Amino acid sequence: MKMSGSQMVIEALHKENVKVAFGYPGGAIMNVYDEIYKDKSFKHILTRHEQAAVHAADGYARASGEVGVAIVTSGPGFTNAVTGIATAYTDSIPMVIISGQVPITMIGTDAFQEIDAVGISRPCTKHNYLVKDIKDLPAIIKEAFFIARSGRPGPVHVDIPKDITAQTGLFEYPKEIHLKTYKPHYKGNSRQIHKALEAIAKSKKPILYLGGGLISAGATDLIRQFAKMTGIPAVETLMARGAMGHENPLLLGMVGMHGNYASNMAMSEADLMIALGPRFDDRVTGRLDEFAKHAKIIHVDIDPSSIGKIVDVDYPIVGDLKNVLESMVDLAKEKIDPDKYESWRGLLSRYNEIHPLKYNDDTKNIKPQWVIQRVGEILGDGAVISTDVGQHQMWTAQFYPFSFPRQFVTSGGLGTMGFGFPAALGVAEYAKDKVSINFTGDGSILMNIQELMTAVEQKLPVINIILNNNFLGMVRQWQTFFYDKRYAETDLSMQPDFVMLAKSFGGEGYRVETKEEFDIALKEAIKSSVPVMIDVKVDRFENVLPMVPAGGTLYNMMLEFKENS
Amino acid sequence: MKEIRKVISVIVINEDGVLSRIAGLFAGRGYNIESLTVAPIPESNFSRFTIVTKGSERVLEQITKQLHKLIPTYKVIESQDVVEKEMALVKIPLDTNMSGLDAILKGYNGIVANATEDSLILMGVDDADRISNFLKIIKKFNPTEIVRGGSVSMEK
Repeated sequence: MKMSGSQMVIEALHKENVKVAFGYPGGAIMNVYDEIYKDKSFKHILTRHEQAAVHAADGYARASGEVGVAIVTSGPGFTNAVTGIATAYTDSIPMVIISGQVPITMIGTDAFQEIDAVGISRPCTKHNYLVKDIKDLPAIIKEAFFIARSGRPGPVHVDIPKDITAQTGLFEYPKEIHLKTYKPHYKGNSRQIHKALEAIAKSKKPILYLGGGLISAGATDLIRQFAKMTGIPAVETLMARGAMGHENPLLLGMVGMHGNYASNMAMSEADLMIALGPRFDDRVTGRLDEFAKHAKIIHVDIDPSSIGKIVDVDYPIVGDLKNVLESMVDLAKEKIDPDKYESWRGLLSRYNEIHPLKYNDDTKNIKPQWVIQRVGEILGDGAVISTDVGQHQMWTAQFYPFSFPRQFVTSGGLGTMGFGFPAALGVAEYAKDKVSINFTGDGSILMNIQELMTAVEQKLPVINIILNNNFLGMVRQWQTFFYDKRYAETDLSMQPDFVMLAKSFGGEGYRVETKEEFDIALKEAIKSSVPVMIDVKVDRFENVLPMVPAGGTLYNMMLEFKENS
Repeated sequence: MKEIRKVISVIVINEDGVLSRIAGLFAGRGYNIESLTVAPIPESNFSRFTIVTKGSERVLEQITKQLHKLIPTYKVIESQDVVEKEMALVKIPLDTNMSGLDAILKGYNGIVANATEDSLILMGVDDADRISNFLKIIKKFNPTEIVRGGSVSMEK
């Protein structure tokens, strides 16, 4: 079928079953937008900034497991999108980003709104394309979706010059893609899996170290099953929250810099670490030469480059976690006796009794942790939670009772402030049956505040809960701990009136200074059909604890902060 | 950690931007490139990169894996059982004493590639470490310009 390049883009999105795209028009992408205007079969959500379009597509992808789609123009449209692309790349989120480019005849002339987009996106995408011939366009889009969702997922960028979208060509959409040079390895080596199971059977103190790969592989049912039948305790990384479910007796909690004591001690004392889809991030491992010193390591990951990158691995298994865990579950039935680890579980639960995750509640000031717990009590599994980045993010990871995978949407690897609100738009667009809560800080929320307009226009009733301490809190915390309280540029006392701000966009706002007020505000917010800001005045100097200082050892946590003066 | 020298050959699809993907990978992750040569493989749509690099064992393993991870990469050859050769061109002025030059050229598979009224261009082809040697010895002829070609290698 003959059609224009821009029609091809739309047609390809149909074929990929795209239900919604987030974007922002501009000169070089106008031909595509002209087709979006004519074609109403998928939804386009106009954000108010390209960065937000990419974050929204990312939030949609994280909540749904589908490929998120964002469309932007050339030059500044694209460069604005880069933070969003890098955020998705670091957390392995499947996305396709389509950008306009100046016409091929003008590439290299420093034309208006020209930038070497593929040059910029190369290090922060799984793959990218500059379309140079209309006859390649259909196959490139097909490949882009295929690469984005297969193997270790990631964002793929397609840069399309304006003359390509204007030209006419034959649209033949390939049914399948076979790339000679790209063949993800799904099936784990069965000999390696056998060996790993033998190591588990022999171990006395095994620990399941669960990472984000479990979520993207859709293997959380299997890990719950495997943990239950083997009786092996588990820790989750930030990206794996929700994998085990908060009520699971085998879940110790989150591991790493702000993980709980028992989790970090389990990692330090284990004799076998069963790493399923994590990447041994420095925020998890702390000082490497002291990390899991006594443990042999099994590492299952779909990306071979992830294995052995940070620590030496004794049992490397390259494969899809669903596939590998199915075999592990089968083998565990005969090989592993769950009673064997009883004393180990007993030790870990004693650690939890000695140093549970806690905070000192207060009658005068609202503690930020209380707010998160309270939302958990009221909404529980009825909400999908997104966050920005900083103290509120860590408290959310620590204190929200996550019960299912994809319930927690957060920028883990890149740590992008400004991610939460636009990501919540994507969440709200997908999870219509859930409440979309964005826990944010008074610093982060201002980094994509313009999205209030998108939320109002699209009737996406995201509830932003600002844990407002008038500080850039996490940096302030480090300044308190490590910089003798020299609060360089972290005092954010100068603030807008968030209530009036929300209202000026057509949203709703509440200012909260007591627990009672919070309950009332949340109740109102849940009923609201417009986006809400709940500005919660919280204790200014609350710290995220416990903490492993950067470069410290997991077993040597700072459990409370003692003033040294 | 001990640094090891390694020759890696990478077969990639010969398409736009592939050189920059590989160069960018090395730059972005802080890996060393001692030399890099690239040319299309005849009668195919592939190109062959020969990269000489240095690093600890873990870094070298990562380099191989990261190269493999690039979508256009077809094959990464890390076998060290290879023939590795390099070429060098050296320009020397004609007013120098030339005694011994013949023997040196012979020792390094060398020839005089070009001669003008006032200079010679010499070419040597040999193992990379021998080329280093060749360039050291050739210094006594006061070279005005030296060009090293970078290693190419082939599995035995």
